[in-house]
Amino acid sequence: MTMLTAMCAIFAITILVIILAYIAVRGVSAINIEFLIDTPKPVGEGGGIGNAILGSALMTLLATAIGLPIGIGAGVYLAEFGDNWFGNTVRFLADTLIGVPSIIVGIFVYTIVVLPMSRQSGFAGALSLAIIMIPIVARTTEEMIRLVPKSMREGALALGAPQWRVTWNIVMPAAASGIATGAMLSIARISGETAPLLFTALNSRFYNYFFDQPMASLTVQIYNYATGPFEIEHQMAWAATLILVGLILFINIVVRFLTKKKY
Amino acid sequence: MGNKITVKNLNFFYGKDQALFDISLKIPEREVMAFVGPSGCGKSTFLRVLNRMNDTIPYARIEGEVKIDGKDIYKAKTDVVALRRKVGMVFQKSNPFPKSIFDNVAYGIRINRMHSSKKDLAERVEKALKDAALWEEVKDRLPTSAFGLSGGQQQRLCIARALAVQPEVILMDEPASALDPIATQKIEELVVELKKKYTIVIVTHNMQQAARISDRTAFFMLGKLIEVNPTEKMFTNPDDKLTEDYITGRFG
Repeated sequence: MTMLTAMCAIFAITILVIILAYIAVRGVSAINIEFLIDTPKPVGEGGGIGNAILGSALMTLLATAIGLPIGIGAGVYLAEFGDNWFGNTVRFLADTLIGVPSIIVGIFVYTIVVLPMSRQSGFAGALSLAIIMIPIVARTTEEMIRLVPKSMREGALALGAPQWRVTWNIVMPAAASGIATGAMLSIARISGETAPLLFTALNSRFYNYFFDQPMASLTVQIYNYATGPFEIEHQMAWAATLILVGLILFINIVVRFLTKKKY
Repeated sequence: MGNKITVKNLNFFYGKDQALFDISLKIPEREVMAFVGPSGCGKSTFLRVLNRMNDTIPYARIEGEVKIDGKDIYKAKTDVVALRRKVGMVFQKSNPFPKSIFDNVAYGIRINRMHSSKKDLAERVEKALKDAALWEEVKDRLPTSAFGLSGGQQQRLCIARALAVQPEVILMDEPASALDPIATQKIEELVVELKKKYTIVIVTHNMQQAARISDRTAFFMLGKLIEVNPTEKMFTNPDDKLTEDYITGRFG
């Protein structure tokens, strides 16, 4: 039994290590400073992914700013007050939304934001990502808050703490590292999304700091490079992939560090 | 001395199930009253009626009258937060917050804004820890996690936490049931010490414990209050046959 499960564990991480190693080997040769800060250029003239990194960062940031508070708030509601028909409905819908393919979220945002504005925009992209993020954050937050023992809440209530203070400064801190892990996973998830960005944020060849304009992203840039006809483009796709994976890994490590258990 | 708590014709229901039947009881000020009885007899439920802790249970319903200092605590306009500050509680399983030792004791002081300055807060924390006979053991490690303490220390920390908000009544729900004999003895000594200032109601499964520390004992069975008497009489010459059978270990 131990052997069998150990082998499964080894198999699982071996695949991960192979993927990471393969990306690293293929991507590392094309990475240099210019690649990291340049905008895309016609084939043969070099070019890079600087604007795509910025675009991804901006959209992920805005999506997190929208999605995280709503998601955590919804999760707190579900855990603390959601044992009724409304909570059950929200829970069911959130689970359904988690299972919806991300391209459908893209089409939805395309219809309600892009068409009325008659322009693709970084905002539309960020909104798609936020919509993907909210149910994930809500459900993980709920699970984590439910893990906080009832005795701890009662301890605080018995000291004369009103319900909101119990939630805010006993339950939330006790669940913080779990909530942060859920948030981190959802950020990692959305920073790897391509489909919902294809027709919401579209892409851009330029540095763009404004959310009302089309915006480049790493994932869409990888898609463009990878589907191009030239070998040099494929190399750049690998390099951009390596950067993306590196960034996600970085987010993971930072959050791990920040949420290290103090007590 | 007067009666701190007066309960009249109390009935308590969880949904359709009645858990307490027509209980009337007076708890005198600055005494220790012990609640004894077999598991599931309603003594913990009754204890939680006294600081409205059952409010958190859906479908819980109450009939009758519970007065503390002459005021009905189940009136609609009762300030439950103020009530719980006045009627502190220590639970069966110690439940420190995931905070430092200092912050655990400071929590109730902070949420009730009882301190005038940082220095005042520190003094209140020190006093509470001293009153709970824990100060000497933790004074050099106040900023460390409360989970680093032993089980007995954690329970005394929870007592300190309850004392810090200066309650008048302390409810204890089997506070020593998970502790070893030495830690139990410390809690018992503490209870006897605390009764000089507080009214204490303690639920216990341990007959000797009830005999050692309480002034009066109430015996519950199947949701009914069978007998209340001074502890000495209860353990030597009880009025009721059921009580006698129970405390002599013939059933339960």
